[in-house]
Amino acid sequence: MLNKIKNIFKGSTDKMKLCKKCGKEFSVKELEQSYMICPECGTYLRMNADERLDFITDKGSFKEIDMDMQSKNRLEFPGYNEKLAKALETNDKKEAVTCGICKIGGVKTAIFVMDSTFMMGSMGSVVGEKITRLFELAIERELPVVGFTTSGGARMQEGIFSLMQMAKVSGVVKKHSDAGLLYITVLTDPTTGGVTASFAMEGDIIIAEPNALVGFAGARVIEQTTGEKLPEGFQRSEFLLKHGFVDIIEERSKLKDCIVSLLKIHS
Amino acid sequence: MNAYEKVQAARSSSRPSGKFYIEHLTDSFIELHGDRRFADDPAIIGGIGMIDNIPVTLIAMERGDKIDERISRSFGCPKPEGYRKALRLMKQAEKFKRPVICFIGSSGANCGIGAEERGQGEAIAENLMEMMTLKTPIVSVVIGEGGSGGALALSVADKLVMLENSVYSVISPEGCASILWKDAKKADEAAEALKLTADYLKEQGIADVIIEESGKTNEEICNNLKITIMNIIKENMKLPEKELLTNRYNKYRDII
Repeated sequence: MLNKIKNIFKGSTDKMKLCKKCGKEFSVKELEQSYMICPECGTYLRMNADERLDFITDKGSFKEIDMDMQSKNRLEFPGYNEKLAKALETNDKKEAVTCGICKIGGVKTAIFVMDSTFMMGSMGSVVGEKITRLFELAIERELPVVGFTTSGGARMQEGIFSLMQMAKVSGVVKKHSDAGLLYITVLTDPTTGGVTASFAMEGDIIIAEPNALVGFAGARVIEQTTGEKLPEGFQRSEFLLKHGFVDIIEERSKLKDCIVSLLKIHS
Repeated sequence: MNAYEKVQAARSSSRPSGKFYIEHLTDSFIELHGDRRFADDPAIIGGIGMIDNIPVTLIAMERGDKIDERISRSFGCPKPEGYRKALRLMKQAEKFKRPVICFIGSSGANCGIGAEERGQGEAIAENLMEMMTLKTPIVSVVIGEGGSGGALALSVADKLVMLENSVYSVISPEGCASILWKDAKKADEAAEALKLTADYLKEQGIADVIIEESGKTNEEICNNLKITIMNIIKENMKLPEKELLTNRYNKYRDII
């Protein structure tokens, strides 16, 4: 019964989405037609894991793995239990990354999608473990990996254990790479901190959505620490492309075709 | 000492910096400069030397002593070119089959416009990947403050050694307090919550060895550190390459 109420509640809030840039609200149905791009001002609205998977994977092909893995408050960090409970209550997913095997343009692929609606996509032990297991599965089955990143960085409530996930995932990415397998990352808004400083930047091919915020240190922190005025477009996809850290900036409407072409060349 | 007092001790300017350990571990240090890509980052000192008749590569974060030097060394906070210099020297060590010793002690990776323009995230990420499969032993020592991803980029190692009063954290206590509680003054509470002390990290298997500091002179600490480092290196030099790398991989794979 409780579940039913929760679902109805979710359904009603999911029907409309707000564009934070222009302040206009649109129905999800309308936004699905426009690839979740604001019809009014062209802003790329953030997609949750399910929306992203629907949009990228071939219909009915996605099989999720490790969907029930949940975080624990190992450090007994004050307030973390409450934050996790709230994230679980307002989200269909149990963590900030969803992993599985799918087909993209007919090519069998391992995929992970981070979700900024779950604790800002922050990476704790479960996020690190799920991505590691996905890469292990991809190595075993000789599959390419496509990963969509969006994250505030390492999850500080898990202390050093979240930091260590950066090393752990980097280790398995290297193994996958040494096995001659393809890894494509798609940087979406926002990708920052420890995720940028690990698997987001480790792809053989790095794609970014237009105008996505991608960086290591937070812009406000940089401004406060250095007193320097940040240049126009700082830490946006176009800035990274110009400085040589992104291969391709692709519009959302052409993103799937772009990924399919890359997968087919490597398959 | 409580956790925040340890953080302050770890940061103290009276505490020896990377240079001190390099000078005391070897009297034959030859510094090598530059990343061959962009610049030489003075926040990281790197080079080669002999310890117990074994050639080694030494890499250390260096915060500097006097204020001018501190500024020129960015207080020991490396820029991307610093991490790339470190990686270049590690690759060189791999070629000549020299073990690598890294010293960590600063608030973390450099935070600035230039660092972002030159790919701070990419530089750290590449070190994490490459260190994981570097075919020569790596020992990392946290001598002061081990600050986040910037520290991790020099500490993917076979063994992690920590000095008794050093700390290692995902974020500074001040940063944590200001993000979570909008109040940097609650840094002492954050330090406690983050569980960043050497003894906790040893208990959890993140740190492998702790070097005692209480009641010891810097020279005594350095001598004990040298014995510990060289024992680890000699053990690891005996291992077949595959076993060395499997052990290193599993050390991180097992952290859940």
